[in-house]
Amino acid sequence: MEKNVKAELHFDFAVDKEKNSIVVKREFAAGRQLVWDCHTKRELLDRWFAPKPLTTQTKHMEFKVGGHWHYAMITPDGQTFWNRLDYQAINPIDNYAALDGFCDEAGQVNPDMPRSRWEVAFTDAGKRTLVTTVVQYNSADDVQKAIGMGLKDGLASTLERLDELLLDLGETAELVQ
Amino acid sequence: MANNSAALDSVFQALADPTRRAVVQRLGRGPATVGELAQPFAMALPSFMKHLGVLERTGLIRSRKHGRTRTCTLEQKNLAAAERWFADQRSLWASRYQNLDSLLESLNGEERES
Repeated sequence: MEKNVKAELHFDFAVDKEKNSIVVKREFAAGRQLVWDCHTKRELLDRWFAPKPLTTQTKHMEFKVGGHWHYAMITPDGQTFWNRLDYQAINPIDNYAALDGFCDEAGQVNPDMPRSRWEVAFTDAGKRTLVTTVVQYNSADDVQKAIGMGLKDGLASTLERLDELLLDLGETAELVQ
Repeated sequence: MANNSAALDSVFQALADPTRRAVVQRLGRGPATVGELAQPFAMALPSFMKHLGVLERTGLIRSRKHGRTRTCTLEQKNLAAAERWFADQRSLWASRYQNLDSLLESLNGEERES
């Protein structure tokens, strides 16, 4: 029963090769304020942001323009991937924009890696909330670098195991599109 | 691994162009001659050959001359790496959002209780 309810939540993932961007749309069975809080408060982000079986651990969070979120995604065997999100624009509870990037434990951004800009918008959809995320890269070269890095950093192989896990949900979402 | 990613250097750039994407799509159905590939496009042959050149240098396609015709084939392996990355990104967001579903469910529960 519970599974059916979740499967009805709209999920749309599209790659726009001409614009060097990825657009992710997803509905959530909760009000906008709560979904917004989950995206912007460290204690809540730590409970969902990393894909399973990884976990999230926030080292620093200052949710304001010019501030940043510095967090780790940790694999079950203790491998750590550090990231940071630098906030550029915030309009509670409608949208925020931020620069994503790989960094080290000290928060130093890896200059060899392209950063993508996230624009995350929250809109009412009846009693649900629709979250639209646009991940924008500056150029095709930047996307290519991200692809190359994804193959090297080991995160890709961790994620591969997810595919099977998600097959059920994915197929249902495909039908909804 | 390093070799592998060097070979991939501009797969994405190659696919950013609609003509080149159409060529890759067509070759996904099987090999074709340059003439067959160029036919749907209102484009001078030299311009079209430039597109094929980009695809060939990227390693997405391979071509071979038989007498007076040149036949192109898709290199599935190199295309797969880019597609693989997109699939990984999709999995990442799908999994992340499934976690959020569970969190929202438990937060809604807490709200009802208080």
